[in-house]
Amino acid sequence: MKPVQSPLMKVSTKAQTGIAGFDEITGGGLPHGRTTLLVGGPGSGKTVLALQILVHGAWECKEPGIFVAFEENSKRIVANAESFGWKLAELQRKKLFFMDIQPMPDLVQSGDFDFGGMLAALEAKSKETKARRIVFDALDVILTLLPDEAARRREIYRLHEWLLARELTGLITLKADEGYINAMSQSPFGFMHFIVDCTVLLSNSVILGVSQRNMRVQKYRGSSFDEDELPFVIGKNGFEVAAVHTPSRVDAEVTSERISSGVERLDTMLGGGYYRGASVLITGFSGTAKTTLSGAFADAACQRGERTLFVSFDSDGSEVIRNLASVGIRLDRYVKSGCLRMISARTITGSAETFLVRIKTLAKEHRARCLVIDPVSTWSKAGNALTARSVAERLIDWSKAGGTTLVCTSLLDEMSSQSEGSSSLQISKIADTWIHLNYLLQAGERNRGLSIIKSRGTAHSNQVRELILSDSGVTLTDTYTAGGEVLMGALRWQKERADRVANEVNEVAAKLKRVRLDAEEAELEVRVKSLQTELLAKQVEKELLIHTTESRKGEISQGLTRMEELRGADATKPDRK
Amino acid sequence: MGPMQQSRIGSEFAMRPKVIFKFRLYIAGDAPNSAQALANLTALCRAHFADRHEIEIVDVFREPKRALTDGIFMTPTLVKLAPSPVQMIVGTLSQTQIVLHALRLESVAP
Repeated sequence: MKPVQSPLMKVSTKAQTGIAGFDEITGGGLPHGRTTLLVGGPGSGKTVLALQILVHGAWECKEPGIFVAFEENSKRIVANAESFGWKLAELQRKKLFFMDIQPMPDLVQSGDFDFGGMLAALEAKSKETKARRIVFDALDVILTLLPDEAARRREIYRLHEWLLARELTGLITLKADEGYINAMSQSPFGFMHFIVDCTVLLSNSVILGVSQRNMRVQKYRGSSFDEDELPFVIGKNGFEVAAVHTPSRVDAEVTSERISSGVERLDTMLGGGYYRGASVLITGFSGTAKTTLSGAFADAACQRGERTLFVSFDSDGSEVIRNLASVGIRLDRYVKSGCLRMISARTITGSAETFLVRIKTLAKEHRARCLVIDPVSTWSKAGNALTARSVAERLIDWSKAGGTTLVCTSLLDEMSSQSEGSSSLQISKIADTWIHLNYLLQAGERNRGLSIIKSRGTAHSNQVRELILSDSGVTLTDTYTAGGEVLMGALRWQKERADRVANEVNEVAAKLKRVRLDAEEAELEVRVKSLQTELLAKQVEKELLIHTTESRKGEISQGLTRMEELRGADATKPDRK
Repeated sequence: MGPMQQSRIGSEFAMRPKVIFKFRLYIAGDAPNSAQALANLTALCRAHFADRHEIEIVDVFREPKRALTDGIFMTPTLVKLAPSPVQMIVGTLSQTQIVLHALRLESVAP
């Protein structure tokens, strides 16, 4: 692991702990060469944390360590820590040493005493081993043996002075319950808080039956630190603190590569598919085909040969495979080939933190490039309401940092929220793409509607599409919009058929009308012709008439002249030319 | 080995074979409680086992490795090595009765 360096902090002043999250909240680790107090109730993880800091120092920082065990026998401590994979047996040869200082139960004391022997023994041991880090686990066990408060103060002072003089990074753990932590300065060892440079509190509470572990750095001299109480888990590799702002978040690589969602039309709607490394949220009520949609994604990923992890909280992995096979998504072959790993997480109980850590571990083990979590809303179940959101956030941060494409589904509670997507986790806000599935209840039918509520950095269709599941797969269809209403399912089909019939009728009617018009036109043409003929006849008749009239006039005038001539009439009649 | 103080008070004058009480006292330099324990132990031995005891004194600050190998973390610590069983008591040894009881010496102390 690389040292986490805050630009303001010199590295030498911090003793790196190697604990994910802890180095971030303390700006690099424990105060180097100083003493830190670690307080927590029974079973809060003090010993594990302390041991892990020594292990990290020994393996990674060239700082051998001594573990002084006051309560638990060192053999038991080593045995208990076996599962973390710290290779303690190997470490114990040269870099990590245990000192058992468990007071015998039958110890008899008469009068005052001190820990001169212990300091002398530590002196010898630390010289011999060149130790730089020392843990005093459960110092309270021997402090309580001292006869009075003054003696306790004296011994704590001596121990502290001894550590400071040798510039050893000390970590003292103390058992204490909640009440103690709240009334720290009044407690028997309260005075320790004033002399140490750093105080870390661990608490372990049970909320609605779910164990929640929290850590808080209460004081840190000469350094800035995250003052909030942060959840932590003791996972497969030891401690992990849920620091939200991990540096990796900033450096997350952004890619514009698109990968298929497994549904062709959805890819089109999204302008090419999901972005690689994006986080996709699919919300919807129970039965809206959320699992199917995420299954389609897993199928597409495996087809591309990308290792995929499918975490199912609802049902068994084999059940999911069977159910998906019924809609033409055949995942069993990829499980066989090892490309796909199905995890049934129904049996995992515990806090949201636990889920996150397990999923991370599993994803790392599988080297998954695509991750499906179905549904992520399980996390917000009883007892996890407070932490689930930050867990979901960190899940997204984490997957982004690793370039893993994440598809989560989230079950909406039909009773609590009809408004789409008011998921209790509110991860819709931080997810990159948010697809909402809904039922449209019309005419005695439920049909599935799909809409893209948001998709960052992507032009996406704003239309609701109907999601159709068949044994050949998942398809999307345009919905039928009529009169401002969206129709789906049988209604859409009916409407479409009705439209087809109406179209045919219209066509026939149009044809008929054309024929009729043709006939009328022809008729009119005939009439026009006959009228034209008639017109011609009239014209001829008219000409003829004119002609006859004129010739008759001529005849008459000629006749008159003739008559006059014949009669010898007077030529001076004024009215005649 | 660092300096070791051994006192054999009166054992060479023993007329008959008798039980020798062997003690080892771990002290931490000149810490007041260590000095007090040494004084108390000497007085107790003088009173009860006048000529039949041996006291070995180990200063853990001078011999830190002894503290480590002997597993002595609290000082002063008195170990009764003989007669068996080995017994241990921590502190200034200020209450004689508790000390005698803890070291199972009540019966042998006159």
